[in-house]
Parts: sequence; C-alpha cells; structure tokens
Amino acid sequence: MEPLLAILVGLFFAAAIYLMLSKFTISIMLGIAILGNAVNLLLFTSGRLTRGVPPIIPAGLDALPAGTANPLPQALILTAIVISFSFLAFLLVLTYRAYQDLGTDDTSEMRAAEPDDRPLPPLGY
Amino acid sequence: MAAPTSTVDLAAALITAPVPIGHWLVILPVAHCITLGAVLLMLRNHPRLQAWLAISGLAMLALIDAALLAKVSAEGPLTMVMGRWLPPFGIAFTVDLLGALMAFTAALVALAAGIYALADIGESGRRYGFFPLLMLLMAGVSGAFLTGDVFNLYVWFEVLLISSFGLIILGSERQQIDGALKYAVLNLIATTLFLIGVGILYAAFGTLNMADIAARAKDLRGTAPLMTLASLFLLAFGMKAAAFPVNFWLPAAYHTPRIVVSALFAGLLTKVGIYALIRVMVMLLPVERQELSLVIALAAAATIVVGALGALAENDIRRLFGYVVISGIGNMLAGVALGGPGGGPGGGIDGVSGAVFYALHSMVLMTALYLAAGEIARRGGGFLLSELGGLYRQSGAFAALSLVLFLAACGLPPFSGFWPKVILVKASLDLGDWWLAAVILVGGFLTTIAFGRLFLLAYWRPAPVELMPSEARWRTGLPLAALTALTIGFGILPEQLLALSQSAAAGLADPAAYLHSVFPGDAR
Repeated sequence: MEPLLAILVGLFFAAAIYLMLSKFTISIMLGIAILGNAVNLLLFTSGRLTRGVPPIIPAGLDALPAGTANPLPQALILTAIVISFSFLAFLLVLTYRAYQDLGTDDTSEMRAAEPDDRPLPPLGY
Repeated sequence: MAAPTSTVDLAAALITAPVPIGHWLVILPVAHCITLGAVLLMLRNHPRLQAWLAISGLAMLALIDAALLAKVSAEGPLTMVMGRWLPPFGIAFTVDLLGALMAFTAALVALAAGIYALADIGESGRRYGFFPLLMLLMAGVSGAFLTGDVFNLYVWFEVLLISSFGLIILGSERQQIDGALKYAVLNLIATTLFLIGVGILYAAFGTLNMADIAARAKDLRGTAPLMTLASLFLLAFGMKAAAFPVNFWLPAAYHTPRIVVSALFAGLLTKVGIYALIRVMVMLLPVERQELSLVIALAAAATIVVGALGALAENDIRRLFGYVVISGIGNMLAGVALGGPGGGPGGGIDGVSGAVFYALHSMVLMTALYLAAGEIARRGGGFLLSELGGLYRQSGAFAALSLVLFLAACGLPPFSGFWPKVILVKASLDLGDWWLAAVILVGGFLTTIAFGRLFLLAYWRPAPVELMPSEARWRTGLPLAALTALTIGFGILPEQLLALSQSAAAGLADPAAYLHSVFPGDAR
C-alpha cells in the first residue's frame, strides 16, 4: 500500500510544481491547493499504514496492544488541512482582489510594487 | 506502531501530576498574546482604548519574557508539557537560553513598534485590526521561539504567517496587494516545504519532540535519509529567512506596507527563519550541518554580496533597507556554516554564537532602521533618495541618531553591529575559511558605501525645497531613541550579551541540559 501512495504523492507533487511554475495566478493557486493535499498524503503515509486495531487501550491493560493504528499522523493532517484550507481561502480572495486592482492575472505584468522603470539613485552629489 | 522502541519509562509518562507554578512562565508569553489578541478583537469599536491596552499588553509581554530569560539563565532550560502528558507523548514547550533571548528581544521590538504605531496607524488601520494582528503575530513569534516540538514549530510559523498577511495588506493599496501576493505565495510554499520536512522527520524518527530527535539522531544516522531532511530544512528556512537564491520575495514586499509593519517584519520574521535554522541544523542534525557547511557558506556569501549590491543600486530607502536585511541574513548564515564551539584555538569564539549575537542585534537594528525611514519620510517628504535632502540642517539630533543606526548596520565600532562581525570573522579565520571572512568584510564595506551615500544625499545635500521645521513627536521619537540606545548599549557593553550568546550556542552544541529538562531522570 505504501509504494502506491508514494507514487500518488509523487504525481501530486509533479502536478503541483507544474501548475506553480505557470505565470497565471489562478494556476498557481490550483498548484498550491494540490501541493497542500500532496503534503497531507505524505504525512499520512509517513505514519505507516496499518489496517489494524483502532488505538484504544483495552480494559485491564495499560499500554496499546501490538498492531494498532497510529493516530498521530491523522491529528497532524487534521491541523495541516485546517491551516492549508484557510490559507487557500485567503489566497483566493487576495488573487481575486489583485485581479480587480491590477487588472491582470499575469504575474509578469504585476509590477505595481516594483515598476520596470525604477530610477537609479543619484550618481553625483 | 512503527516507531522505534523508546527507553523512556512509558508507565511513568502516563501519570499526571500538577505543573510547578514557575513552569507556567514557559507558556505564559503565548497565552498572554492570544488572549489579548482576542480581547482586542472584541474592542474593535474603541480604537483608542484598543491601542493603549495593546501597548500595555506588549510591555507586559516584555516583562514576562524578561522574567523567563532571568529564570532560564539562572536555572537552565525549562520544560512545560501540555496536560502533563510527559514526553514523548505530550506537546512540550521547552525554553533554553537561545529561545528566551530571542523572545525577549522580539518583545522589546514589538513594544517599540506598538508605540510607533500610535502615530503611524490611523483609525481605519486600527479598525482593520492592526493591534489584534500585532498581538497574534507576537503569539506566533513567541511560540516559535519557545516550543520544543517540530510540528508545533510549523503551527507557530503558520500563526505568524497569517497574522503577517493581515498586516501586510493593511491599507489595501495597489502596491500592497501586489507585494502581498508575492509575499504570501512564496512564504506559503516555504512553510509547505517545512511541513514536508516534518513528515519525513516523523517517518524517520517516529517522534516530533526536539529533545527526542536530538537524542535519537546518532542511532539513526546509518539508516534514515537525514541529509535529505537537512537539505529540505535548509531550503525551507532559508526561504523564510530570505537567503540567496530564494530571497526575491523580500525586496518585492517589504517596502509596500505601512512603515511600522515593515519594521516589525524586518525585525522579527526573517529572524524566526534563522532561529529555526539554528535550532534544527545545529541542535538536531549537527553532523548533517557539518556536511552541508560548504553549501551554507556559499549561500551565505552570495546573500551578503547580493544584499550589499542591491542596497547600492536602490533609490527607495525602504527597498535599500530591505537589501540590508538580506545582507544581515547572510552574516547569520555564515555563522551557521561555521558551526559550534571548538571552532577556534581561542575557545569560545565560534560561529553559532556570532549568528545568535547578530540575530539579536539585527532584530533591534532593522526595526530601528525602518522606523527611521518613516521619520525620514515624514520630515523630508518621501522615500526616494533622488528627492530627499537637507535633513541634517533641519534636525541635527535626528541626523546624529540616524548616523548611529547606519554605522551599526555597517558593522562599524562602537555600535552593535561590530561585535558579531568580529566574532564571525575570527571564527572563519580560525577555521581557515579566509574567503568567508573576506566576503563578510567586503559586504560590510559595500554596505558602508550605500549608507554613506544615503547620509550624503538625504542629510547633507541641500534640500531642493526649503524643509519646514518639523518638531519631534514622542510617539515616533521615543521608540526610535530607545532602540538606538539599545544599539549603542550592545556596542559599548557587549560582555553580558556575548556571554549569553556563547552559552546559548554551547547549549545548542551540547544539548544535554535541554534533554534533561525534557526527560528528567532519564540517563541519556
């Protein structure tokens, strides 16, 4: 199961990087969305996949029996999902606002903060 | 569970006992900031009250961090575990000297910025939530400095990142939206890279507690992909800290927000990246840092040179200062590349302590520089070198104060930038890396030219139009003067800080005390 998921994670990363290399902001956003999911899958796989027992300590024991699932990666992913989802929402709004204000979604034309024809500092006194 | 078997006594870890009162100090800075942030959010219809509450809260934060620093420097690292679920189960906050020093300096910087904001952030900025975002930013920054868990470090990075997004677009001008988009996307990618590193770290170690990782790293060196991990962390934190070649988001974004926001970012955010880099590379993966030291040194040299040359070519003083921030990051990276104690025959003079000292100096200085840029714009009417002039004639006191800051940024004695550079140059000469020493010195020289020209043009050149006399205002003057005094103090009386940063570096190189604090009673 792990090799399969590893390949899937690789595919996700490839797609994400391809999209993020685009110069249009909306493709970059899609790339970031996929990147977030790729990382979540990676976290999930990194905790080892077991189809075993749920991680509950049975009555009368004081430790988990062998072969139980690992709950920690799921907690990590839950946190990461919440964070990456909120960031994506923020970024989408920001992108839309940038499209409205700057009139373009092409990053090579987004030069409001760094205009192309910035003057040099004075060379003489 | 696939995690390697632990030597920790698991049965003892499940017994809960109340936390000693003194240990609450470890979590207090973060709890204080989050609570106050929430309260300030509720007070958004009372801008005046909100501002004063925020400033007294920041002063309180500085006091808490000072108490924490005093306690840590007297008693060694402190650990508090959430819910008293002992490590490696519970989420640990562990404070050592490095974390406490950084957190205290960050609190001082934030207090100064908060006071400056009284003048710089108008009512609309307050209604858009400047002060709550500032408190939450400080929660993220303090959390990153104080946590003892790698995943938690990621979470605090995200907390400070999302607060910084809010701060950077305060005002919603076209420029800000453009800068914020680049800042947001690139920083998000950097934190995602960090999260990838965390995932692989967990797969390799089965734990995310920093002390546990530091203890286990040497057993796993043969089997786990630790070099991959170290390189990933280097890239992620290098991007956060704006190291060459992943520095281009910084000059694109740092000149767009309100000046006090720029000051906070320049002072705090890149240093959090450097802090994380020091923590992970020096404490957790020291052997891998040694292997990568040439790569780090090359990146450091390139960062110094790119920063200094960029500063020379800039017309906008805010962008000029942005490049100075980058060049400073290069110096800190050089310290990381040079490594821990035992670097020189003199003993005690080593790269990491230089990096720590430089980071503390840089937090104070960069904030002060941006606040000074705000003052320059208020007095001289703009940020462009080609249009400024006559500031010296207008106010000699302000000119003198600026000159102190400029000289400190160049690393000239007797101001704060001098000592860390001496340490770094000495450490690199001791190790035989003469070229790194040369780059640090040349970088300082180029920065001196850039600042010399800034002073010449903006201060000494006759003003194109006669400047109105502009009286000093305490809201901007006080924080600026206080930070400048701190800069002079660091420069004239460096012994205390030098001793602190050296013991912080020693604590990183030999984390026995850190481990003992997290796993008391454990023989490791």
